[in-house]
Amino acid sequence: MINIEIDGKQLQVENGRSVIEAAHQAGIYIPHFCYHKKLSIAANCRMCLVQVEKAPKPLPACATPVAEGMKVYTASEQAVKAQKGVMEFLLINHPLDCPICDQGGECELQDLAVGYGGSASRYQEDKRVVLHKDIGPLVSAEEMSRCINCTRCVRFGVEVAGEMELGQAFRGEHAEIMSFVDGAVNSELSGNMIDLCPVGALTSKPFRYKARTWELSRRRAVSPHDSLGSNLAALVMNNRVMRVDPVENEELNECWISDRDRFSYEGLNSEERLTKPMLKQGGKWQEVDWQVALEYVANGLRQIGKEAGAAQIGALVSPGSTLEEMHLVQKLVRGLGSHNVDFRLRQSDFSADGKMQGAPWLGMKVAEVSSADRMLLVGSFLRKDHPLFASRIRQAVKRGAQVNLLHSADDDLLMKLANKAIVPPSELVPMLAQILQAVATSKGTHLHSSVQSLVQGVVVSATAKTIAENLAGGERAIILLGNFAQQHPQAAQLQLLSQHIAALSNARFGFIGEGANSVGGYIANAVPAEGGMNAAAMLASPRKAYLLMNVEPELDAHNGQLALEAMKSAEMVVAMSSYKHKAMDYADVMLPIAPFTETSGSFINAEGRLQGFRGAVKPLGETRPAWKVLRVLGNLLNISGFDYDTSEAVRDEVLGGRDVSASMNNTLQGLVVQPAPVSTGMQRVADVPLYATDSIVRRSAPLQATRDAQTPAVQMRSDDLAKLGIKAGDTVKVTMGQNTVQLTASVNEGLPAGVVRVAAGRAETAGLGAMFGAISVERV
Amino acid sequence: MNAPILLNTSHFDQPWTLENYLKVGGYQALRKVIENKMTADEIIAEVKASGLRGRGGAGFPTGLKWSFMPKNYNGVKYLVCNSDEGEPGTCKDRDILRYNPHSLIEGMAIAAYTMQVQTGYNYVHGEIYEAYERMEDACEEARKAGYLGNNIIGSGFSFDLHNHMGYGAYVCGEETALLESIEGKKGQPRFKPPFPANYGLYGKPTTINNTETFASIPYIIREGGKKFADMGVPNSGGVKLFSISGHVNNPGNFEVPLGTPFKKLLEMAGGVRNGNKLKAVIPGGSSMPVLPGEIMMDLNMDFDSIQKAGSYLGTGAVIVMDETTCMVKALERLSYFYFEESCGQCTPCREGTGWLYRIVHRIEKGEGRPEDLDLLADLCENIAGRTICALGDAAAWPVQGFLKHFRSEFEYHIEHKRCLV
Repeated sequence: MINIEIDGKQLQVENGRSVIEAAHQAGIYIPHFCYHKKLSIAANCRMCLVQVEKAPKPLPACATPVAEGMKVYTASEQAVKAQKGVMEFLLINHPLDCPICDQGGECELQDLAVGYGGSASRYQEDKRVVLHKDIGPLVSAEEMSRCINCTRCVRFGVEVAGEMELGQAFRGEHAEIMSFVDGAVNSELSGNMIDLCPVGALTSKPFRYKARTWELSRRRAVSPHDSLGSNLAALVMNNRVMRVDPVENEELNECWISDRDRFSYEGLNSEERLTKPMLKQGGKWQEVDWQVALEYVANGLRQIGKEAGAAQIGALVSPGSTLEEMHLVQKLVRGLGSHNVDFRLRQSDFSADGKMQGAPWLGMKVAEVSSADRMLLVGSFLRKDHPLFASRIRQAVKRGAQVNLLHSADDDLLMKLANKAIVPPSELVPMLAQILQAVATSKGTHLHSSVQSLVQGVVVSATAKTIAENLAGGERAIILLGNFAQQHPQAAQLQLLSQHIAALSNARFGFIGEGANSVGGYIANAVPAEGGMNAAAMLASPRKAYLLMNVEPELDAHNGQLALEAMKSAEMVVAMSSYKHKAMDYADVMLPIAPFTETSGSFINAEGRLQGFRGAVKPLGETRPAWKVLRVLGNLLNISGFDYDTSEAVRDEVLGGRDVSASMNNTLQGLVVQPAPVSTGMQRVADVPLYATDSIVRRSAPLQATRDAQTPAVQMRSDDLAKLGIKAGDTVKVTMGQNTVQLTASVNEGLPAGVVRVAAGRAETAGLGAMFGAISVERV
Repeated sequence: MNAPILLNTSHFDQPWTLENYLKVGGYQALRKVIENKMTADEIIAEVKASGLRGRGGAGFPTGLKWSFMPKNYNGVKYLVCNSDEGEPGTCKDRDILRYNPHSLIEGMAIAAYTMQVQTGYNYVHGEIYEAYERMEDACEEARKAGYLGNNIIGSGFSFDLHNHMGYGAYVCGEETALLESIEGKKGQPRFKPPFPANYGLYGKPTTINNTETFASIPYIIREGGKKFADMGVPNSGGVKLFSISGHVNNPGNFEVPLGTPFKKLLEMAGGVRNGNKLKAVIPGGSSMPVLPGEIMMDLNMDFDSIQKAGSYLGTGAVIVMDETTCMVKALERLSYFYFEESCGQCTPCREGTGWLYRIVHRIEKGEGRPEDLDLLADLCENIAGRTICALGDAAAWPVQGFLKHFRSEFEYHIEHKRCLV
């Protein structure tokens, strides 16, 4: 510790800290623009100049390390003269168009100008004009004359997002922030540049001119789009979410949020919102009262239960539903006598059911991912599936962590990888088995009998050996299974192998769950048990009645085509949804339920953290929170225990005072390993694009205008394409089993040979079928 | 007048060849350090004894700078020569590159040997391509003769030198911007500390010296530091190249001992043109404060004398202005230069240099306002010493110097909307 004095205050500060950090720690504010605690030091704005005893000139507090006995004056005559001088320079070419600037009211320049600016300008010359730029549908760079060249946005791109998409071109007064050759900013984290921009140069494009910040009230929310559980603030005006900002939570999202979390709100106000209950009668949809709709549902379910048996009723729940919604759905279904309920819609291997010792989870705190020194990432489109997990790991890599990737696509994660094994989906299990064998060999241990059959006969490749050695070389090694591994047809085997590799290399392992409530779904018991059918089984053997909760089956299920057929063949489909979607074709009842901003509830994130939230706005139209809808439905069906006053009461019933963490366990016991079917020919690899993950995101117009949301193409290696006589840009016919779709071919050299990548979660590809399996491509 | 040291090959038809360099004792200093197995401490002691101060403008003692390199450091280290001579008025390094390239190569090889560096870069100013080519040829000659490359003259020590062509940005002459530029990045000065000796090129310990500084080394090693020091005056050892430009009859580079009276230097340059009266002199490159002619005529050209008079020796670029010079016009030209050359990183320099230029420009056009001069003075205070590198100072000092000594001319311009001269 170092003793310093700031403005007469004696402080003890950690060695290596800067003066600005020391001051902020002591509650002394030093004005600044370019400094940001999460970014590297630029020291270019010069706003934080302070007087330091014995220094001939004022020094920038952000770049001056503390030293023993240092005396700092942040508000002395010299310091204030320097700060006011800088402020004057910042303002001379600034347009001072605060009245029409979206940043007005939350502008760092505006705020500091009050304290350090003059009431009139001495600058009588012409002001500089910087041309506006179009950098994509999310971030507005329409008024670049406002830019003060602090380069926070540039540093964010390089340091946090992992890619330099903005830079400062030109020199001196001509310096301006721009993208490369008029390119767009495509980062999945780009919206954070809006928060970082201390002025109104980079603002939110969808929010542009929509409201003044002081008209907005901030309501806490939690992201429903992935399993990190990012803390959000919904900014509300006139009962409408106008904007979403991050709420800082160092242990989860730090001070960032992904663009998906930030801009999905635009989908909340989509024209496709379902605002009234609807019944299809005589083939025509009619808006009805809630009472009529719910009685219809109750009667229907009761009748089908009675005539065909309760097992003919199945419920599919989205993994982004709240804990309370999941609990009530499974309670309702079970109350009817069925156990067919599942939220794991994109999972295809359920052989681990009944063998797991608890709910699968991250296996560690999110923050602990940052301190890992060795990582093995199994089956994950990490950057797009979980943008902020990726960013966290990227920071760890910068501090020296080494990441190994085992996956079926070599998408750029924008971080240095120590080793990678990019293999077709059918080779994922054998490759992981090789790694296990390599670990076992180096440790000189015998493998547990449960994995013997998987390891039998594998020849350890050099890559597997290197990865095994890399993992073993760490002190805090972790293995993370991504969405792709969880959706894989041998997901349980991947889990089992990871479990054993972890045990032998003294590593921890876990799942980066797909949805906001992937852990919560297990805790709420929204999974089949006692002979119930899982999500895949319910679709493979169609039920007579389906209850859909926030689900668009053809987009959300592992096999969209199969799901659609099952829905069409059902006698009754009850769609609880915030949107009028494809279910209008096959459902009998549409019940408008509230999206996450219009209901109270809670999510349990990947690390098992329970985060509750209240509705930010009132439900739109006649929309009702789903927990209330289910409560009434339960009562109409005379199922006992549906008398809740609040969603908290539902939550209390789920948790019953128990510790969530005690219910989480990634260990598999007694898994019977089934040999994988021999695969021949081309195999499909399917990612769920970033902006195709759930109903809300799919309806956010700005997100749908991004590069990540462009129409999916068929991706193959160029040599594979050449074998088929196909050129990039050709329209091709893609076939899986009986299903065929037409798409455009494109080259992706990062794929293994024999692999055809076609995205899932998109209407264009929904007709194709399962996310994994044999696939063929031919010229049209 | 002594025989030249820095331009000691200038009497040859082709002063740049290795053959001619060898005729004047070239590479003997390198042989001496290698054959006598001189230790780093011995060499640095010799350089310290020479009183050699950096010739790039700041005048930092060279021996001291060399001693900053971490000693028991086993990783990669770099040696960099700053030949990015961009200060208006300065053209001395260009002549070393063009006419005595081997003195630079030898000086760098000795420095590399001293600091145990294996790779060097010579960053050549963007607008002097022929000097770059000359350096490339010289390096190739030196390599073939065993003075560069692997196992230099059988010593087991290896050092190679790469010439790097700049692209003409003035700010790249600032040593850390120069490093950024070599790394392929935008030439913007880095915040210091850390200094290049700890975190330099590619983040490795790096020593950067000016071309003339390196070119002085062979003589110092060959003849002894004391001999070099004795040629100059206390605290300003040795000889120096002065680039004299402006209103003189015979502009050019002149190698004289430090401490030589300005009067004598002016004579060497043929005196003021047309027998005109000397009005003002910028003694050390365009960024240094201007001094009135009468003050200059009594000054000696060494670090301390010039500093006492309120300016700096800088790079030794002497800009002479006669009585026909409009000081407002002269300052306008200088201010335009710094306005154009600001890198744009720090607020005071990015915004302030343009403001300074515009005010001076307005005054020159006859649109000045009475309050402009106080405003200029205040702005200079807000720019100088407020930025990462010295470009802010470089923009402010000329304005301050011109206002200090020639304020009445500016006032005349503002009042009468025309020039005094």
